[in-house]
Amino acid sequence: MLAKRIIPCLDVKDGRVVKGVNYVNFRDAGDPVEQAAWYNEQGADELTFLDITASLEHRDTVLDIVRRTAEQVFIPFTVGGGIRTIEDIRDTLKAGADKVSIMTAAVRNPEIITEGAERFGSQCIVVAIDAKRVVGDETNLGPAPDEKIEWRVHTHGGTEPTEVDALEYAARAEELGAGELLVTSIDADGTKEGYDVELLRRISENAGIPVIASGGAGTVDHLYQAIDYGKADAVLAASIFHFRELTIEHCKRELAERGVTVRL
Amino acid sequence: MIALIDYGMGNLGSVSNALRFIGCEHEITSDGATLDAADAAILPGVGAFGDCMENLREYGLVDPICEFIASDRPFLGICLGLQLLFTEGEEMGVHKGLGVIPGRVIRFTHDLKIPQIGWNQIEKRQDCPQLEGVPDGSWFYFVHSYHVVPEDESVVATVTDYGYEFCSAIRRGNLFATQFHPEKSSDCGLQVLRNFMGMVDGA
Repeated sequence: MLAKRIIPCLDVKDGRVVKGVNYVNFRDAGDPVEQAAWYNEQGADELTFLDITASLEHRDTVLDIVRRTAEQVFIPFTVGGGIRTIEDIRDTLKAGADKVSIMTAAVRNPEIITEGAERFGSQCIVVAIDAKRVVGDETNLGPAPDEKIEWRVHTHGGTEPTEVDALEYAARAEELGAGELLVTSIDADGTKEGYDVELLRRISENAGIPVIASGGAGTVDHLYQAIDYGKADAVLAASIFHFRELTIEHCKRELAERGVTVRL
Repeated sequence: MIALIDYGMGNLGSVSNALRFIGCEHEITSDGATLDAADAAILPGVGAFGDCMENLREYGLVDPICEFIASDRPFLGICLGLQLLFTEGEEMGVHKGLGVIPGRVIRFTHDLKIPQIGWNQIEKRQDCPQLEGVPDGSWFYFVHSYHVVPEDESVVATVTDYGYEFCSAIRRGNLFATQFHPEKSSDCGLQVLRNFMGMVDGA
């Protein structure tokens, strides 16, 4: 059976990891390759690098990370943040990334999804959806199948609201050729109180492509809820793994005990 | 010399990186004569079946690949490099393949998510040197919407369950090809590549 995936996310800036594992035994905790190799050993199923470098001129620093990681770490990895054009996609894949995740550019110009999928294959185009509740209770993100809830897509790292409905956008992104959807709840992100499982479920139930849950992970139960109720195919998390509150192996063992198929 | 066949499709880079990592010297080539002189060859591939065949034709690689395989030198196909070996594929219209292995390449017929993206397990159907040290139940990384259906079941090396059981690797003598990506499957994948390297004298 296909395993549910656990994906740690590393924030990188100017070629250095700025949010990653805090581990005294690293020679250089800011080195993305060392962090990636560590996560591979821990049993991560994939990795995501989120490039938060502000300036365009530093684009080549992330490509250098991609290149060096691809030479050393043999699990799939995705690069997100600052991917704006077909050339950005091409350069990132060429440097060795398996997938790119596109957010702001895809909201402004959805054709980039289609063009990217046609040129490089759907499997490498992940459309990132940052969604925030505009109707419904944003303090309770647990199961609420009958509640009327609406989410709007936000861009620019979740800071800029748009009028785009998140569920409609998810369906549209799939039609346009996305290979996967990375769904982040802005309401849940950083809270460690759980994913927005209602958002995940409503998107997953209509999606014919894999959905990756993001934002809000604090416990193994949160991962389980995202997979079980939220029907997510993969769960992405950052701080719980970086600060080693939970190890990936521990999460997988507990998920396996609860009947989830994982790679152990 | 191990030839890594470049026909303008897919991410040759990650296969080349993995080979370099395990210390396996190889030459990236699009040239039929270089392939002919090689001791072993790897055919990677990402993309659509028809486009890939078209490229192989344009590069003049169809005959050299078929002749190479006929000589029973070690050959490794990866992902589309497995599918292309078959008689025909039905991705975006029916296209002829290399026809080295009788059978077809069909789309998953279940209603699970397509493509299958992620890690899945293999179950061995024969003892192959290419899978030495890789136990039954090992996990490999898959990304695909189509799978192969060989006419002759005896070529099936492994099967994998996604909605139903499908053939995830084939083997006939020194010809071995996988639907999964050894170059993206962490330690198990590198073991497959090491086994392949071990079959080549002087590699």
